[in-house]
Amino acid sequence: MIAALKNRLARMDRIAILAVPALVYMIAIFAIPVAGLLLRSFSGPDGFTLAGYVSFLGDAFNWRVIGNTLRVAAITTLICLAIGYPTAVALSRARGFVQVALLVAIILPLSVGVVVKAFAWQIVLRRDGIVANILVGLGVWDTPQLLLFTETGLVVGAANLFLPFMILPIYSVLKLVDPNIQDAAATLGASPVYRFFKVALPLAMPGIVSGSSIVFSLAVSMYVIPSLLIGDRFQTLATLVGRSFLLMRNEQLGAVTASVLLALALAIVAFSSWAVRRKGDSR
Amino acid sequence: MTLAERSATAVVWTIAGAVTVFLLTPLVVTVIVSFGSSAIFTLPPPGWSMRWYERLANLRGLSSALAVSFQVGLLATAASLLLGGMASIALARGRFAGRETILAFLTSPLMLPGLVLGIALLQGMRFAGLRDVWTSLVIAHVIITMPYVVRTLYSALTLFDFSLVDAARTLGCSYPAAIGRVLLPNLAPAFVTSGIFAFLASMDNYAISIFFTNAWTKTLPIQMLNYVEEQPDPTIAAISSLLIGLVLVLLLICERVVGLRRLAEI
Repeated sequence: MIAALKNRLARMDRIAILAVPALVYMIAIFAIPVAGLLLRSFSGPDGFTLAGYVSFLGDAFNWRVIGNTLRVAAITTLICLAIGYPTAVALSRARGFVQVALLVAIILPLSVGVVVKAFAWQIVLRRDGIVANILVGLGVWDTPQLLLFTETGLVVGAANLFLPFMILPIYSVLKLVDPNIQDAAATLGASPVYRFFKVALPLAMPGIVSGSSIVFSLAVSMYVIPSLLIGDRFQTLATLVGRSFLLMRNEQLGAVTASVLLALALAIVAFSSWAVRRKGDSR
Repeated sequence: MTLAERSATAVVWTIAGAVTVFLLTPLVVTVIVSFGSSAIFTLPPPGWSMRWYERLANLRGLSSALAVSFQVGLLATAASLLLGGMASIALARGRFAGRETILAFLTSPLMLPGLVLGIALLQGMRFAGLRDVWTSLVIAHVIITMPYVVRTLYSALTLFDFSLVDAARTLGCSYPAAIGRVLLPNLAPAFVTSGIFAFLASMDNYAISIFFTNAWTKTLPIQMLNYVEEQPDPTIAAISSLLIGLVLVLLLICERVVGLRRLAEI
């Protein structure tokens, strides 16, 4: 008995050892430097200081940057949700060729580089680009307007980039939902509107929450898309981090900005895992 | 079906169709521009031409950037398949405390802003006295690839029936042989897909690489952003189209090995 227990213990340890190399690597190369960056944002000439944060948060410009970041991320997430949810529904109902075509349309862009996509949107959103021509042709605009370097253009590019990250999590939940549930609700006299809000939407909620949190956190920290589609006039936290390190060489400001961005990203992760768990408990 | 249901279905399919067009727009535009004769990206192009592809051959810095990205991507993917694969086995099979935490930790770089990671890693390596660009890139890119590998392999391993390994051993296989003949073939699809996604993530990474590259050693996305900013012409579209072609080939391999439907579950 004791020998068997010892044997089990030995075996458990042997398996746990397999995780050690990856853990050591990630702690040394990833966790310690990130902690170091956080520490740096609190360090001044004479030790611990909040001066970096005080001056960062005291500057109205930085509040505008935080506002820009959150607003663009929120609008992008809402658009992705509004068009991603119906697409996920279509994907879960599609069969055969249509399903494969939809999957290719969703997965292929996922694996094409962000620089490539941003470059393509630069062409599409120009004053003489396709979108401007179509809108003039439809009579929406009298004269072609520039969409590039506007917030609208930025949101279009960001939504395009992150949409698959909204569709796939919702699809993976919808796929598991028994289609008979809808019919059962209908048989019991639920109206279509009632069924959507009280049956379909709650069932899809875990996918919606995880998709939204992925898109939101990606949109909060995107860097290439804003630099190519809107330029320097419009700063987000991520572009500000890049500027302070790569252009201004102001490491203190960069460390503080990076820590603010990191805190935002972690808050999103924490909130979404809390929301998913709460959803799980209430079932 | 009632009228409301029918119109809801119509709305769903209309949006799905529009989304398909929207998602594929940048790819289609890129490919068309790359074969167009216009140097200023006129759409539709006035004529067709292969000259942007011909220019690729003597475009300064392209082949070296491509080589750096490929080497770094392959090495980082291989390293994280090894480290992450071992860790995934431990997490899926082991019965020790803190497994959830370790899993969350190993996949967390995916949820953090790349730029912040890049700065932290740069300062860490500066502190450690590592100055070699190429080595730093590989070390940093393992952080990018690790989450993809661990996430996919872990979920594949939790679905794998380990009694098959025991069965093989009962039938006379040694433990390593049982792993090699039973476990690995079963997990091959997970290895392939996670490897491909990890490799593509490394190839595409900009935010972390930007801190480790210099004038002589650049990765492909950084070199391409340079072209876009300095002298935008359809040569970039030609590179991009070739990359889209490469990804299509990789996706076809995935489809043959595992099927696209399973790919969507990752």
